[in-house]
Amino acid sequence: MDTLVDILLLAFIAICAIAILRLRDLFAAVMMFGLFSLIAAGLFTTMHAPDVAFTEAAVGAGISTILILATLSQTARREKSQVGRNVILPLVVVWVTGAALIYGTVDLPVFGDPAAAAHQHVAPYYINESPHQIGIPNMVAAVLASYRAYDTLGEVVVVFAALIGVIALLGLRRRPEGVESGPLTLDHHQVLKVVARLVVPVILLFALYVQFHGEYSPGGGFQAGVLFAAGIILYALVFGLKSARQVIPPRLLGRLPAAGVLIFGGTGLLTMALGGNYLDYNVLAEHPPTAQQIGIIMVEIGVGVTVASVMLLIYFIFAERGMRRRPGNDAGGEAGR
Amino acid sequence: MALLIDLLSWALILTGGAFGIIGGIGLLRLPDFFSRIHAASLTDSMCAPCIIAGLMLQSGLTLVTVKLAFLIGFLFLTSPTASHALAKAALHGGLKPGKCHSPAEARPD
Amino acid sequence: MIVAAILSIMITMALAVTRALLGKTVYDRILAVNVFGTKTVLLIAALAFLTGRPDVLDIALAYALINFIGMIAVLRYFEYGGAEENGRGAD
Repeated sequence: MDTLVDILLLAFIAICAIAILRLRDLFAAVMMFGLFSLIAAGLFTTMHAPDVAFTEAAVGAGISTILILATLSQTARREKSQVGRNVILPLVVVWVTGAALIYGTVDLPVFGDPAAAAHQHVAPYYINESPHQIGIPNMVAAVLASYRAYDTLGEVVVVFAALIGVIALLGLRRRPEGVESGPLTLDHHQVLKVVARLVVPVILLFALYVQFHGEYSPGGGFQAGVLFAAGIILYALVFGLKSARQVIPPRLLGRLPAAGVLIFGGTGLLTMALGGNYLDYNVLAEHPPTAQQIGIIMVEIGVGVTVASVMLLIYFIFAERGMRRRPGNDAGGEAGR
Repeated sequence: MALLIDLLSWALILTGGAFGIIGGIGLLRLPDFFSRIHAASLTDSMCAPCIIAGLMLQSGLTLVTVKLAFLIGFLFLTSPTASHALAKAALHGGLKPGKCHSPAEARPD
Repeated sequence: MIVAAILSIMITMALAVTRALLGKTVYDRILAVNVFGTKTVLLIAALAFLTGRPDVLDIALAYALINFIGMIAVLRYFEYGGAEENGRGAD
């Protein structure tokens, strides 16, 4: 049964990928990319990797699609066909590389083989030791936030650096001129407004649940941050960018990513101040599992704050650029209603 | 009693699956976008609660049932809204009901 | 029984993917992706029961939310931002 589901999902992904290549209409290609992420999340679930499936679902099918759409609204809709390009050399390179990779997979161990080399050294240690060293049921969160906390710190800083790149390239306005809630809100969609008012609090509450329940079930800081940002983005989509800016003022929003990274890094400094190594949670409390859990909660909050505010800021920056580029829109929109 | 719940669960899941397949066939074979959205959204809004209710009966009175109840409530609220928004956007975009061609349809994809 | 549910869901997904590929207009594709998204939510819920891991249900919930938000984003951008090549609204 599992094999059948896997085969079908992989077939869907292959068909989807070929369709993305062949489509000239970029908008349809973006929709197919969303489909691709949905299928990938299903595949991760059948591979018993729920945390990854969660993140793939939230980021790939949600935020990524929204940001690419925001970009697409400012560029052309159809891909220009390219003539006169040499296709033989790239084709040969791709085939040779693909053949080498497939030849390499012949030597891989069987999927899920417990005697494989990758499962020999640290994995048994984590599985055996984490119940009494850390004591939380979700081992992925234990590895992510405690055993491999340096790597997670690196990830958070990378997300932060991406935000700095976007701000440096596109700029962040405190009060952009021409921001009005005219035709760019769905004013004539009354049904949508009512439903959005009901749904947004549920999403935010669910994001908080995922954040704090990440130690017991699949979830954690990344997923919670993305869900939180998605909720506010829904509000911005339905009620307008101006209302969304009143919910979270950009001045506060601009300081939140740095605050998140500071919370994470500051936990390490705190443990150093209390006498241990950097990010050594055992000094935070008397009983080591309690100390580990306190440390994990603190760093997960840092991760969640950073990811949520970065996603939200990037969306606001993209959406503002879209609005600034269409000066004549309000006249056309109002007249057409 | 347990047999009754099991039978009911079977019936609900099979009904839900049948609705889904009918909706999928309608999505493929109906001639016009608006008839397709009719088929897809109606059967979608029926298939999901049926299957989830069948799963709820399987799991008894636990936290899982509460989560599934949330899922049903949420899907009830948002799935028809999304279809409504899609139909409205299509109407706005110039697509006309019936088999006549519209500017959007005449555009090569 | 869960197997029957999963099979019927996957058949529907196959039909939806076919419509997404064929789709004469862009709205057909959006509709097909929406149907596919709802079916993925159901698939993950059924898989949670099949594999005996009920915590995976959180993913199904999050997915339903994300599907909705994705649809609204698509419609908003299609209606007001991306329908014409020069970037003006489709009104």
